Amino acid sequence: MLGVVGTVPDPNFPLVHGPVRLIGGELIIAGRCIAINRGTPALLAAALKTAESRGGPEIYAFLVGDIGKGDGSRKLYQFLARQLPEFSFRVLTFHYLQPDADWHNKVLFAVETMTPRPTLIADAGFMYAAKMSGQSACYDFFTPDVGELAFLADEIAPHPFYTRGFILHQDADVPHLIRRAYQYQNAARYLVVKGQKDYIADEKRVIATVETPSFDAMEAIGGTGDTLTGMLSVLCGGDLTPARAALLAARANRWTGFFARPTPATQVCDLIDTIPQALQKALGGNLQEDDHGGNR
Amino acid sequence: MFGFFRKRKPKGFKNSGRPSADRGILVFENTSDVIQAENVLKKSGWSVRVMGPPPEIQTGCDLVIEFPLIEELNIRRTLASADIQPLSVVPVTAPLLAPVDLFQTKDFGDYLMVRAANMKITIAKEDLKIVNISGGGCPDVPYLAQEMVGKTLAQAPRPRDLGHTLCGYALELAYEELRRIC
Repeated sequence: MLGVVGTVPDPNFPLVHGPVRLIGGELIIAGRCIAINRGTPALLAAALKTAESRGGPEIYAFLVGDIGKGDGSRKLYQFLARQLPEFSFRVLTFHYLQPDADWHNKVLFAVETMTPRPTLIADAGFMYAAKMSGQSACYDFFTPDVGELAFLADEIAPHPFYTRGFILHQDADVPHLIRRAYQYQNAARYLVVKGQKDYIADEKRVIATVETPSFDAMEAIGGTGDTLTGMLSVLCGGDLTPARAALLAARANRWTGFFARPTPATQVCDLIDTIPQALQKALGGNLQEDDHGGNR
Repeated sequence: MFGFFRKRKPKGFKNSGRPSADRGILVFENTSDVIQAENVLKKSGWSVRVMGPPPEIQTGCDLVIEFPLIEELNIRRTLASADIQPLSVVPVTAPLLAPVDLFQTKDFGDYLMVRAANMKITIAKEDLKIVNISGGGCPDVPYLAQEMVGKTLAQAPRPRDLGHTLCGYALELAYEELRRIC
């Protein structure tokens, strides 16, 4: 089973957890409907579409309303720190939560007592908290965009908002930023970096890159990182190696653009609708990892 | 408002330089209080800057206000009149991190995108309608997107009024830049 932890942009949405379904273009969890726009609902919708295409797994979500005040996130952190050990997941993905290093550590401590230990994915605010707490190496995947990679590469920045300019300016040299993120132990076991060219890397090397198909407009569309993380969350719980799961997710995410014919005004739900076709197309290609010559 | 961030710096490390014994920082419970306090203080003519907190008080999504320490009493009075209470006031003893102050603009033909730090906002040139908001990882980003996308720059609520986090603050900077160039 895949577990997903995140927030919904509604201050009145209570803390809920349970299996989540995608019905009529809306998410249904614990008898409540959630619109798919972007953020964790978009990640969940992408994961559900992927699971539908791949014949599973079941997806279980922990959600709370938070519009940035952090109150909902703190409730969820508190719940997870107490209750997570009672759950069992093959993959556990943390997403849009108010970054808070202290609460992050409490939740990670709870994760470490789970049996078996799930594959851990951190994206968005929870990835910021993981980096800030110095515990990045405990995670199996981080899924930053290039700007967030620069933040990971900056050993003193507590948030992407404070990434130092001399590092931010190196965003054209992604392998250098990846190397720097690992050098300061601010990267997960695998990095899946979304950008003009996507990079899949571990501590030793860039394992693969993906650059086709390419659509400029995708950069403007809010939620394309959420869809990538949603697909990866499902695919890495299957039979594929972690790197191949990342490669397939990165390719399929690009193919959603091909089928949706995006403009900068396209909404992420239009991309999510095309995930079954995109996965099929991406699976049609060779899933061999590219050889990038050993060390970066 | 936020004039400090408007200045473009094509390169360079952005911190506040050496610590200054005559500067202090106001620490607040959350970023929304910082944004509100900055509004009040700048409207009252105080020379203050929004900065990153020193490592010992960082919790994850923080801003502080740097101010002339000698004016502490007057500044506290100004804030109190607006019913804003800082959690604490601390002298600056080490260089503070400065927010990213670079803007990147991308022209898509019919659409224009501005990026500030990790946040991007895209509008249709024809009617200045906000068509997408992307980037960021704090929970107010999906909320801001929900409230702003589909509205024109003039109609949409401002990120500074609805946002609560550094991502919200970065979006305000991108929004301001769009307003400046459109």
